[in-house]
Amino acid sequence: MKVEFLPHRNQLPEGKPFTNEEFDVTCSACKAVHKRSTLLRSFYVCPACGAYVRIPAKDRIRLIADSGSFAELNQSLTSVDFLKFPDYRNKLNKARASTGLKSAVVTGIMRVEGLPCAVFVLDSRFIMASMGSVVGEKITRLFEYATRKRLPVLGVTCSGGARMQEGIVSLMQMAKCSGAVRRHSDAGLLYTVLLTDPTTGGMTASIAMEGDLTFAEPGALVGFAGRRVIEQTTGAELPPNFQRAEFLLDHGFVDMLLPREEQRKVIGLLLRQHQNTKERRA
Amino acid sequence: MTKERETDTKTTDTVAQNPLSAYERMKLVRSQNRPKGSDFVERLFTDRIQCCGDRRFAEDPAILAGIGYLGDRPVTYIAIDKGKDLADRMQKHFGCPMPEGYRKALRHMKLAEKFGRPVIALIDTLGAYCGADGEERGQGQAIAENLVEMMGLRTPVISVVIGEGGSGGALALGVADRVYMLENAVYSVITPDGCASIIWKDAGRVHDAADCLHITAEDMVRFGVAEGIIKEDFDRFDSMCMDLKKLLLRDIDALSSQSTTRLLKNRYNRFRRIGIFEEPQEQ
Ligand SMILES: [Zn+2]
Repeated sequence: MKVEFLPHRNQLPEGKPFTNEEFDVTCSACKAVHKRSTLLRSFYVCPACGAYVRIPAKDRIRLIADSGSFAELNQSLTSVDFLKFPDYRNKLNKARASTGLKSAVVTGIMRVEGLPCAVFVLDSRFIMASMGSVVGEKITRLFEYATRKRLPVLGVTCSGGARMQEGIVSLMQMAKCSGAVRRHSDAGLLYTVLLTDPTTGGMTASIAMEGDLTFAEPGALVGFAGRRVIEQTTGAELPPNFQRAEFLLDHGFVDMLLPREEQRKVIGLLLRQHQNTKERRA
Repeated sequence: MTKERETDTKTTDTVAQNPLSAYERMKLVRSQNRPKGSDFVERLFTDRIQCCGDRRFAEDPAILAGIGYLGDRPVTYIAIDKGKDLADRMQKHFGCPMPEGYRKALRHMKLAEKFGRPVIALIDTLGAYCGADGEERGQGQAIAENLVEMMGLRTPVISVVIGEGGSGGALALGVADRVYMLENAVYSVITPDGCASIIWKDAGRVHDAADCLHITAEDMVRFGVAEGIIKEDFDRFDSMCMDLKKLLLRDIDALSSQSTTRLLKNRYNRFRRIGIFEEPQEQ
């Protein structure tokens, strides 16, 4: 592990590890094209239609973390096409080129309102943030690190589910991460989940639903089985808000909906409430 | 640095090279006349008390759970049952458990922990139930809770995939100290049918998808997902189950002799080392 503890503010100026590169982002709701710098100022809420635009992982961290406080961990891990699965190599190359990331998850440590926290954020632009060996390994290492350093963890989830291109090995990442979550929890430490659009399949059936507290962004799609699969297999008419954050709130699976402009404040407050967490009594 | 785990193949040497393709095995384990969870339960466990309900919402008949004897040892058994005739199969939604089923299973695992009994889980499912009612009651949350709870369960757990190991719906009973595959059993992250429609937009290419996904018992041993392969002999099903019983008892003895700390550490590491990736050293 290279980073020992939170670096001093001055050691990590803005733009490193964050880039200030300008690029265009299309709102999937109204198709309006916006500059990234514009969206960073509006919490990635579309200025044209008010929709929540999906946020690249590092910009998400930038919106939540104290300025200059984030340090990335294990960024060099990369996926291997060990099953020689059709088109996987190509998909990986494209995802790497278009996002500048090496994998679908960014992990590290940050401060929010001055308080330290380990953080992982999935990036839906990278093969729908599906959960393969690298995602599983990085999240597991983050929980192990947080357990050793007695840090809380914030997980910002989105995912299409397990990464089928890695076969059964990807399914096992769900168990692997859950083991690390369990050890972190047994150490009396806080794990908070922020569910974002879309969190589905294997991620919903593991780390996304294992938080001590679970927040969700308004309107986010969160579910286990795909809507189309359910419609096809059961022929059921599904309500319009089916598997939306509001639906989960109604059914008791989410603590509260957390609009983007309030996230930093609420997460900061939560960290403050848990900052003197003692080792749990045996 | 590519990690691939060396595995214990103790039981595999008794199994001759399996000539069936992944697809053929998938068809075989889905066939109706193959023994189901209830058939194994009847032969493996004696003096059973089978129990209903998750104490939260409902009873899910797709999962059988109770207390019985494995030889002279009381154990907790949990088995996914696809059912026999059409009415039975429909009642059990073809062996796709509801959230209630997973919560019932967890309830019995916690009881096993309380009373120091080992847990034997028999897995045979296409996957967790997919439906609006399952989603309303937190299918994902139910599976996730089992993963976390099984990781910390302070009693030995052995899982056997007796037919289909369908994704998260199978893993929810598969976080174990030892996992065995029946000779023709398959274990997959997604159904080959679903995979074929995603990659080729052609559900007809299931055969190719089954190959691509690497779902056979041999694959599971290779990736460190299973410890061994159990020979199938359904013409002599009773004696096959006697052999399986002996294997399970031998494992329970070995696992019971470990301290709880050691048991949980080994279980953690069993999953911790699964994963294949590269980690270039930074300059
Ligand atoms: Zn818009």
